[in-house]
Amino acid sequence: MNEDSIYAQLTDIFHDVFDDDLIVLTPQISAKDVDGWDSLTHIRLILTVEKVFKIKFTTSEIGKLENVGELVTLIKSRA
Amino acid sequence: MAAFKEWIGTMNPLYTELQWLPRPPQDFSAKLKALGTGADSLGREILALASFGLDVSQLTKLAKRINKARSEGNPLEPLSPFRLAVLSNATIDFIVPALVASAARYGISLEVIHPPFDQVAQEALTPGSFVNESKPDAVLFAIDYRALPLTLSIGDADASAAKVQGILGYLKAMQGGIKSNCGALCIFQTFAPPVETLFGSLDRSVPGTIRSLLDSVNRELAEFVASSGDVLFDVAGLAETLGLANWHNTELWNLGKFPFADEFIPLYADHVGRTIAAIRGKSRKVLILDLDNTVWGGVIGDDGLEGIKIAQGDARGEAHLAVQRMALDLRRRGIVLAVSSKNTDEIARTPFEKHPEMLLKLDDIAVFQANWNDKATNIRAIAEELSLGLDSMVFLDDNPVERGLVRQLLPQVAVPELPEDPAYYARTLAAAGYFESVAFAAEDLKRAGFYQDNAKRASLQKQVGGVDAYLASLDMTITFQPFDATSRARIVQLINKSNQYNLTTRRYTDPEVTEAENDPEVFTLQVRLADSFGDNGMISVVICRPREAGAWDIDTWLMSCRVLGRKVEHMVLREILEHARAAGIHKLAGVYKPTEKNALVVDHYVRLGFTKVAAEESGLTRWELLVDGAEPDSAPMRIVSIGFEAKGQTIA
Repeated sequence: MNEDSIYAQLTDIFHDVFDDDLIVLTPQISAKDVDGWDSLTHIRLILTVEKVFKIKFTTSEIGKLENVGELVTLIKSRA
Repeated sequence: MAAFKEWIGTMNPLYTELQWLPRPPQDFSAKLKALGTGADSLGREILALASFGLDVSQLTKLAKRINKARSEGNPLEPLSPFRLAVLSNATIDFIVPALVASAARYGISLEVIHPPFDQVAQEALTPGSFVNESKPDAVLFAIDYRALPLTLSIGDADASAAKVQGILGYLKAMQGGIKSNCGALCIFQTFAPPVETLFGSLDRSVPGTIRSLLDSVNRELAEFVASSGDVLFDVAGLAETLGLANWHNTELWNLGKFPFADEFIPLYADHVGRTIAAIRGKSRKVLILDLDNTVWGGVIGDDGLEGIKIAQGDARGEAHLAVQRMALDLRRRGIVLAVSSKNTDEIARTPFEKHPEMLLKLDDIAVFQANWNDKATNIRAIAEELSLGLDSMVFLDDNPVERGLVRQLLPQVAVPELPEDPAYYARTLAAAGYFESVAFAAEDLKRAGFYQDNAKRASLQKQVGGVDAYLASLDMTITFQPFDATSRARIVQLINKSNQYNLTTRRYTDPEVTEAENDPEVFTLQVRLADSFGDNGMISVVICRPREAGAWDIDTWLMSCRVLGRKVEHMVLREILEHARAAGIHKLAGVYKPTEKNALVVDHYVRLGFTKVAAEESGLTRWELLVDGAEPDSAPMRIVSIGFEAKGQTIA
């Protein structure tokens, strides 16, 4: 799966989870840039990513993610 | 290759996707945005949108809209307000919106009071606490086993009993606090035990193991709640149904203190919704059963008493017997049973009277509606007959078109979706929880009989409006073809099996059908119908034979009762007329030959505009229609006519 299509699907997921259609994803975007991205919403985000991409992350992987770029790298390594 | 496969998406979708509810519309977001702009009241629109099998994200968005409407003071009738405080030792932030949207499905405008994480005792016991101050109608103690002091006391019966009493004492103290501080009703959850055992099977019997302690706590809690007049929400039973290993997601507990796997949030919220509905007396009271392919396998009018499947030892028969058993058990519980079937009354009653394997008897049915009206009309009549509201009714039918019609015309009636396989009918009906109750009294047992005594046969003259609009929405395609070799086997089967919608009931063998197919003088027609629910396959067969010069005799005209009430027969006549004109035919002659089973079509020709030319003592009637000027009704469907040129060429 190439990065463009991962970004496209992730954008849909972000719009859905944060209920904000204006979010534009770049690799640098992190929790402090998005309204409502707290530790609980982070879990919901990860659960949705797992469901959409049909992959599963480990607890430590989920804790280590710093920004969108790292999330995309992680998805790419699995999907 | 890793030893552990990643565990993804293996849950039972009946429960995770609430499959008894219709699938959410593709344009859910657009519908959500449009709420409040339609002709219907906002409350009704919310109720309609909540009635789909929504996922967590959709529930969350709908809840946001409901909360906004409430905070802006918009009226939400017919939703009735309910204020629920939720006390939990776990993270319930994701669950709260799901509760709000799921309650709307049950006609409740739910406001959730949600104090900070893990403040159960403080909130319950402090008079001026956030929860007590907010004067909730009910308090849900959403606590799980991790909130209890479950230290082991292996093998020590006395210490174990004391521990159970200690836990019950704690729960009773919570109830006492709420009762004296705000007077709300308490909803207690039973405790789903953890997956991990200590000994193995022995955990059930050795005192002091977690499993044995929780067994006792759950039993005593149930007894306490029954005596105090509070409400029990059997989460342990729910987790058992789903599997404890599915229910408890250790990763999510560790990450964010999720009390159970996120896949079950819609189901859990629906259960809370139905519990609140039951508290408010909104549980359903009547189960209306379709007969053919619901109560028994097959079509009684066509397959006959010997042909329908209800016997033990037959897989399909057992599935339908399970539906009957569930209906009968519900009746014993006080749920009223009714029948709505497209059938001739007498024929529909025969299995109840004569089939030895039938569990349901006519005495169990309060209102028996077997006729050829549309089911919305019949269900309305059943409601009137029982003097109960449409919102008390549940309608069980295997046919998606009938379900769609009733859902569209009578949205108050609960209509569960059903899977293809009848083996799951009973389970699906049970999973939907329409008859959830929070209390049980001896009088309930007599209720079904009470309604039955008062019920008379309803008269069903009034037609429910809007059937035409519904038919148009079905997006039907009707396909006409002459007989051909590919379809011959099915044509022969229909000719020999159809009893009810069959004008002459003439039976033909395969060679006879082949002969008609090849005879250029004989006009043959096979008809198929597809709609938005799928392909109904071949549903009608016609054979016209030349009579005198310029006239056709309608030798055979039959149709599947499955597509009754859709004006298929009108469309078939239009097609016949078109070919008649092309062949220089100026007159059609039809005959109705009565049998024990075809009373349904006694008026077939008069409804199509034919003139009666003869009536015999046997009941046989003869009819004619002049091709010129004949203009039968049309119905909204796409027409496909194929293969006639080929036959025309053989004539030439």
